[in-house]
Amino acid sequence: MMREMPDGATDDLLRVQNLVVSFPGATRAAERIEVVRGLSFTLARERLGIVGESGSGKSMTGRAILRLIRAPGRVAATRLQFDGIDLLALPERGMRKLRGARLSMIMQDPTFSLHPIMSVGRQIGESLSLHESLSRRERKQRVRAMLEAVRIDDPDRVAKLYPHEISGGMGQRVMIAMMLIARPDLLIADEPTSALDVSVQASVLQLIDDLVTERGMGLVLISHDLSLVARFCDRILVMHRGQVVETCIASELHRARHPYTQALLAAVPRLHETRDTLPVLERDDRMST
Amino acid sequence: MRKTGMRKTGMRKTGTSTASKPAGWRAWRAWLLDDSPGSRGQADAGRAYRLTAALLRNPLAVVGALIVLGLVLTAAFAPWIAPASPIGQDLSNRLMPPSSAHWMGTDELGRNIFSRVVHGARITLTIVALVAVISAPLGLIIGAVSGYFGSWVDRVLMGLTDMFLSLPKLILALAFVAALGPGIENAIIAIAITAWPPYARIARAETLTFRQAEFISAMRLLGATHTRIIIRHVLPLCTSSLIVRATLDMAGIILTAAGLGFLGLGAQPPLPEWGAMISRGRAFILDQWWVATMPGIAIIVVSLGFCLLGDGLRDVLDPKHDDA
Repeated sequence: MMREMPDGATDDLLRVQNLVVSFPGATRAAERIEVVRGLSFTLARERLGIVGESGSGKSMTGRAILRLIRAPGRVAATRLQFDGIDLLALPERGMRKLRGARLSMIMQDPTFSLHPIMSVGRQIGESLSLHESLSRRERKQRVRAMLEAVRIDDPDRVAKLYPHEISGGMGQRVMIAMMLIARPDLLIADEPTSALDVSVQASVLQLIDDLVTERGMGLVLISHDLSLVARFCDRILVMHRGQVVETCIASELHRARHPYTQALLAAVPRLHETRDTLPVLERDDRMST
Repeated sequence: MRKTGMRKTGMRKTGTSTASKPAGWRAWRAWLLDDSPGSRGQADAGRAYRLTAALLRNPLAVVGALIVLGLVLTAAFAPWIAPASPIGQDLSNRLMPPSSAHWMGTDELGRNIFSRVVHGARITLTIVALVAVISAPLGLIIGAVSGYFGSWVDRVLMGLTDMFLSLPKLILALAFVAALGPGIENAIIAIAITAWPPYARIARAETLTFRQAEFISAMRLLGATHTRIIIRHVLPLCTSSLIVRATLDMAGIILTAAGLGFLGLGAQPPLPEWGAMISRGRAFILDQWWVATMPGIAIIVVSLGFCLLGDGLRDVLDPKHDDA
């Protein structure tokens, strides 16, 4: 297991510098609202967690990397490089070749992210038929192998099922299979477990973790759950109002210095709680710097 | 094992209530209505059975279905049903009233009107089928593209759709036939061109409800092209509502086709097209009423049949309407 990579390694998978995602304001004359304001980070083949409250721009960052923000949203950056390729200069056609094949994203809720009238096997196969030309038999075998890799016991039966016939946890496994079958280099997981219950969460995360380490991929795990991110990632990026307020090594999260991170940490209930009331995030000026 | 046990108890229950029916049928019925079907085939068969049963409970829909079935059978077996050739002239028997020899009488050239009406069913069915095959996919694609891309594509395509919708169907079809030249093929093309806008509207509305859906985004981030997403992921979701609408539209298509025939712009003589037959019979309507009336009755009955069937289908297939 390659736990840690030296910082500033030259073989960075993803370099983001000064990323800005903006949407038009309420009126034509109003200024554009920036939901991500000058975000910078680099990612090697490691596991990076992005945490922050709702609306802090986490998901928008994930989508901006894949250039999936629809008009009128706009993405700008001084540098957005994936494996040496400038993503912002790439034409749409080139971008399509990267998506799914080298850059992938797991979405939040499997019940909405799977096509309702397409069988699970066909959906997973879609990603293969987009990027590789395989015979029908080979494709079936790959789908089968992938379903086994995400620990589905009866792949042949499950491949024939439709999304409404499978459970949430199974749906998320299918989603993972769909996104990983083309063997991407970078996986962005946007709150992959928020629609699942606690017992399934752990096993799905463990699965993602295993697959990522096994294949040596880079992982960006987007979540609002601090402890979960601390457990599964190497490094953590704390976002607040579209900016990174703190970067730290996961194991040293408890030593975070920024008031916002400290406030977030304080708001998490502990097992043997001694406090009478849980502190609520108090917003003050120190946070938005 | 558990499932077969349940099936048996279910059988016994229905068995007591419908004791008069033969045992084989009871077993079948129980198998079809099983609450926990053992296989996908059984579930599909059960659903088909339930839909048919719901349709059969609506007497008007049954009448409609019988009429449409009659039309299809008549068209398929026209040469065997018709007692005489639809174009064979017999000038010594001109304008004979309905009798045992000529069930619907004869027209001004001594042709057997019953034979002509029977053969006309073929022409009507051809027109209806071809128009549906051309206009429904056309509308589907235009609507899906428009809804999927939104912005200016939507505005242009929907503007076009509105232009077609703003003109009365028959007038527009008339203009097209006039431009293309009279004839049955051109009539079909003209009707198809005027029939697609409602389908485009439906397809667009359906597409709008899921164009922002996560599963479409999922396909985009897998690197699928827009064409692929529209064809493989958007279109299949729009078809079901379109099929019902198309069945309801059949009556309108028949009337438009008859209208074009009546004006001499549809099927050309000596083809036994119902509209054209009424037009020829118009000259004798006061003295020999049957010449124009018989094909008229055929048109009314057939379009009524499609209307009733379409209504019934809509009620049965609409999940929100489920009160049966």
